[in-house]
Amino acid sequence: MELICPAGTPAAFKEAVDAGADAVYCGFRDETNARNFPGLNFSREELGQSIVYAKARNVQTFVALNTFMRAGCESLWHKAADDAVRLGASALILADFGLMAYVAETYPQQRLHVSVQASASNREAIRFLVDAFGARRVVLPRILTVQDIARLTRQIDCEVEVFAFGGLCVMAEGRCSLSSYATGKSPNMNGVCSPASHVKYRQEGAEMTSELGDYTINRYGPGEAAGYPTLCKGRFSVGEESGYAFEDPVSLDVMDHLDALRDAGVSALKIEGRQRGKAYVAEVVATLKKSLTADASGRAALISRLRLMSEGQRTTSGAFEKRWR
Amino acid sequence: MSTPRKPSLSLGPIYYLWDGAKWRDFYFRIADEAPVAHVVLGETVCSKRQNFTEPHIADVVDRLEAAGKRVTLSSLAMVTLERESQHVRSLVFDSSHPIEANDLAALGLLRGTPHSIGPLVNVYNAATARVLAARGAENICLPPELPMRSICTLAAEMPDFSFEIFAFGRMPLAISARCAHARSKGLTKDNCQFICREEPDGLPLRTLDSQSFLVLNGVQTMSHSCVALVEELTEIASAGISRIRLSPQDCDMVAVVQIYDAVLSGRLDSGEALTRLAAIYPSTPFSNGFYHQEKGAAWVARARNATLGA
Repeated sequence: MELICPAGTPAAFKEAVDAGADAVYCGFRDETNARNFPGLNFSREELGQSIVYAKARNVQTFVALNTFMRAGCESLWHKAADDAVRLGASALILADFGLMAYVAETYPQQRLHVSVQASASNREAIRFLVDAFGARRVVLPRILTVQDIARLTRQIDCEVEVFAFGGLCVMAEGRCSLSSYATGKSPNMNGVCSPASHVKYRQEGAEMTSELGDYTINRYGPGEAAGYPTLCKGRFSVGEESGYAFEDPVSLDVMDHLDALRDAGVSALKIEGRQRGKAYVAEVVATLKKSLTADASGRAALISRLRLMSEGQRTTSGAFEKRWR
Repeated sequence: MSTPRKPSLSLGPIYYLWDGAKWRDFYFRIADEAPVAHVVLGETVCSKRQNFTEPHIADVVDRLEAAGKRVTLSSLAMVTLERESQHVRSLVFDSSHPIEANDLAALGLLRGTPHSIGPLVNVYNAATARVLAARGAENICLPPELPMRSICTLAAEMPDFSFEIFAFGRMPLAISARCAHARSKGLTKDNCQFICREEPDGLPLRTLDSQSFLVLNGVQTMSHSCVALVEELTEIASAGISRIRLSPQDCDMVAVVQIYDAVLSGRLDSGEALTRLAAIYPSTPFSNGFYHQEKGAAWVARARNATLGA
């Protein structure tokens, strides 16, 4: 299985390449990609230099253009696709049908990957994307079990990539407007979720309250570490109970399923975390790379080291196991 | 310039789980009393629920068609299981009615067959709408997240195409493989005992400071606020939008349809319409923030209706 690694900066890109990534994915510094955070992402020049660096080491570069084109402003996304192709991207990761059609028509030779944001979760959906746009690979939404994936890969003529480590969406990706309901900014339209610009922390006596927009997302008692108020990982009240109504503040870790995923026909494992620093990226990539070829005991040691990288956070294998539902 | 045609009214699918008899009687009353041209129906949120309505679908469709309504069948929003794939296939291949696609599976299977696109498919621009139209889509209900500027741009770029706007009801905001509704009652999706039946208008989720925020509806998360695009109807009609969608809530939907019909016909002032809507669907604030390019929960209104928001 290929290892697909995140890069939010040219420095992280280089670290990922040096650490053994098979491919690095990144985006331009604007709303054309779903990690449109301040201080992150690549200028045209930076992407060009990074691609040259990667190519010299036989590493691929995937460019994520995975937001949905704003009506009337399609040229911003078209230009991003033109430039990514011109600079030599190995693949474009796309979510918007209109943009897929543009790339398929304008650059029929260009490898087209379907972003997780497109929410292609079954064989008919993937066949549609292959037939209509010549999609070569689909990144599966994090709503399928390993068994579902094994069944799916046998039914389609398209490579499959799955998320293996890092942040976890609780909702089906690309189909969630919770963030824009609370803040006006959404992953689909603006490339952000629960944006920092709308986050506030409020100290009241010994308690710390975190807010997103006008909404309380969590409250922490004395000594409890306050986390970032990602909307779907907040504490809410339902009926008489209060708690993590959607999901605890956990991250995704499917290291225990590596062999099962390979047997299921998965072509590539994806690490989430373009917002992460270069040290994190280097460590996660190197450790995962070794895990893929290690024997059982060696892998166990590597995985426990990797779990330290989750920064004390608990991890879950999420929808990959049926009981998560 | 010619006067824009008056948009027609459409009733969206019931997103909640209602008991079979309640579901059937709701549509019988719509058939008999509601001035709505189009009715989209069928389970959209969770494939486990289909047994509740299936015994009544034929009767409901007959009654609606006898009353002159155009009936469209809604496809599932999320398809992951083999059983769900089969269901979409049989809906597409065995049904004599047009289908509204809410997921990419239905989209793929419907190629070359006239069909509709539901608000759960991501159509944010005319380039995407053209791709879908070329494959047989004849009507697209745009996602509730779209601002007015995008709606007008789409309509202007495809003036002969039928676009539909989600103008009343709690908004579908997210869907998950995990059932937060069942989990809130100590159950899981696979062993849910159809517990979402207990809340025919969704299970309120509040913040720790008791702010109204969202409602749980099985695997779907919806807004607590109810979209009410009423003062905006004139602008929507002028933009060339063909249909106005009203999404069923557990309230007097016949009265809701009548109010929208009266506003579109110029018989009722929008301010008075909002006052009446608030009486029909009390204790749920209105919102229209997405349309006005603000947070979705926001309520942008003329002074006299300012108190109807959150």
